Amino acid sequence: MNKPLEKIAADLNAEFGATYTEDRGEVSFVVPAERIVDFAAALKKKHKFEMLASQTAVDYWPALAPRYHIVYQFTSVSKKLRLEARVPLDGNDPEMPSLVDVFPNANWFERELFDMFGIRFSGHPDLRRILMPFDWEGHPLRKDYPLGYEEVQFSFNYEDIEVRKPRPKD
Amino acid sequence: MGIEQKLGDMGVVTARLEDLVNWGRTRAMWPMLFGLACCAIEMMSAQAANYDMSRFGMELMRASPRQSDLMIVAGRVSRKMAPVLRRLYDQMPDPKWVVAMGDCASCGGVFNNYAIVQGVDEIVPVDVYVGGCPPRPEALIHGIMTLHEKVKLESFKDWS
Amino acid sequence: MTLEPVMEVTVNDLKHLLSERAAEGDTLLLNMGPQHPSTHGVLRLLLELDGEIIVRCIPDIGFLHTGIEKNMEAKTYVKAEVMTDRLDYLNTTGNNLVYVMAIEKLVGLDVPARAEVIRVLIVELQRIASHLVWLGTHALDLAAMSVFFYCFREREKILDILEMCGGQRMMTTYFRPGGLWRDTPVEFESAVRDFLKVFPRRIDEYEALLTKNPIFIDRTKGIGIIPKDKALEWGLTGPTLRGSGIEYDIRRAFPYAGYENYEFDVATDDGCDVYARYTVRMQEMRESLKIVQQALDNMPMGPVNSANRKFVPPPRSELGHSMEAVIHHFKLWTEGFEAPKASVYMPVESPRGELGVYLEGDGGPKPYRVHFRTPSFTNLQAVPWLAEGHYVADLVAIIGSIDIVLGDTDR
Repeated sequence: MNKPLEKIAADLNAEFGATYTEDRGEVSFVVPAERIVDFAAALKKKHKFEMLASQTAVDYWPALAPRYHIVYQFTSVSKKLRLEARVPLDGNDPEMPSLVDVFPNANWFERELFDMFGIRFSGHPDLRRILMPFDWEGHPLRKDYPLGYEEVQFSFNYEDIEVRKPRPKD
Repeated sequence: MGIEQKLGDMGVVTARLEDLVNWGRTRAMWPMLFGLACCAIEMMSAQAANYDMSRFGMELMRASPRQSDLMIVAGRVSRKMAPVLRRLYDQMPDPKWVVAMGDCASCGGVFNNYAIVQGVDEIVPVDVYVGGCPPRPEALIHGIMTLHEKVKLESFKDWS
Repeated sequence: MTLEPVMEVTVNDLKHLLSERAAEGDTLLLNMGPQHPSTHGVLRLLLELDGEIIVRCIPDIGFLHTGIEKNMEAKTYVKAEVMTDRLDYLNTTGNNLVYVMAIEKLVGLDVPARAEVIRVLIVELQRIASHLVWLGTHALDLAAMSVFFYCFREREKILDILEMCGGQRMMTTYFRPGGLWRDTPVEFESAVRDFLKVFPRRIDEYEALLTKNPIFIDRTKGIGIIPKDKALEWGLTGPTLRGSGIEYDIRRAFPYAGYENYEFDVATDDGCDVYARYTVRMQEMRESLKIVQQALDNMPMGPVNSANRKFVPPPRSELGHSMEAVIHHFKLWTEGFEAPKASVYMPVESPRGELGVYLEGDGGPKPYRVHFRTPSFTNLQAVPWLAEGHYVADLVAIIGSIDIVLGDTDR
């Protein structure tokens, strides 16, 4: 960890009690869900991390506590620094505060997470499905959602699968 | 050219109606300007200077389905896109043909999962499948020429 | 198979996104796309119009959602690489690069110097090819047809070079964890040198067609202004950000794959408008040429694959006489290698901006979670506020200047 990042890390640790680890040159904080908005605001205002580069989630099903990790990547363009923040979430359909007020581009990231993982973000202005059709059932990137592949036809099961295939009317 | 020899002095040519109409259809087959994914880039390459599809009389891409006869499904069709694709097909006037360009449009390709329609033939009837991921522009041109051969063999009762 | 009607979302569902005048029927709602030649694929925009002025613009994406992230979880690390090509299909080798570099970071794999240089060379060629497609289609949207033909002429030359190396025009999958699929063929160097000789003049040709063209300037200057602070706040990256005068290039800020060894300028422009983003991309093509030249001149000799047999399959010649090589080969192609239980985030500069991959391993041979942070997805969010107050015709220029690829947006 380089010097400026060390200082920021110590500062954030003191202010938010966020523990951090360093692995493969990346600094990763664990932040509780209720503090994440303050955490991001402090990063943006105080420590000049102007950009929310990425926001994603990981599903650790069948574990339920925590089931999800929300992973944020913050970038400081002026200081050329990066850091990661992870928010653990319990339960199948968790809810956490939205980051839209601090970083407006969290809007679509959070819509995608709602679409793909079913995580709700309170305070989000427009929480609709974004990638899947609006009437889709289920959240595809969850680990308990099947990949939904089609069986490969071989000579021994060709007929069985052929019958089940959907066909156009004309 | 052949037609002058057939004309003779009379100014009359005799041919079967099927041949004439099918010939006319193949010479002015307007594809729809409709790209989905990677294959659309190769479709653009096929129209650009190096490959130049217009040598074979199939260059005039129409942006509106109402003006086109040929739908080139260039790329993977997602479940969200499938109803849109079918609606576009329904909007095309008869006679109309479909070329499934690339593996994804033909059979789902590498994307055997929840999001992709496993072959566009589930929603629209396909005349010619062009393999490849993505197919080379030559392959697309060959595919459309194959379709022309098919159209030339159509008989009166196929016309509907 | 019965199909549901297409656009089911009623105006009531979108009320919070429209202006108050929409409820009174004062404004017109117009659907643009998904089949529209100027949306660069299958983007759908719902426009609220007052005459020809855009009041609100609501993008609807996902028409090309491919389930790549989910599908990659079901394949081994090497097999999943094929999927990355199809992600952003104008920057195929760049996607390979970010994915293999994430794997290398995750498992701690070394890459020989020659492989790194070839990677940089190929990626920069691909950047030029991507910008050429952008330039051709952007000009086509603004009714300059001939630029399209010029651009695709040179793009074919780059595709020929890629085909020479990887055996495929677009989806090469040429980079593999620990190096390359194979070394470049003998004709490679002369082909690249030919291209380097020709291309600077060709850029001048494009510039002659557009840079001082009054129609082009009228359509682009002062359109789609992105202020500096807003650009950062909205997470814009790549030429879209640099067109607002912010010098942020991941190749410079967080060097990877040996980019610190090359001399190049980060192209910026203070114009903040569509024209500024055009000049930035034109400048970037010249800078990429510089990098290609340096890479070609300083190409080290040596192997192109790591000697670590636990991750890189042995060469064909070893299989004939070494039992160990046969075992490694069999293990790698049936099970694949195992990655530790850890996560990495690897960003690179794609032609569109920051392309990052979040890769998490669980100790097994398949990735536990792959997430692509794609530049088009983030940059497209700017379109609603960029389009407001402009004419519909300008919206086409704005979408073109953001340079979205829908495969990149929807994944």
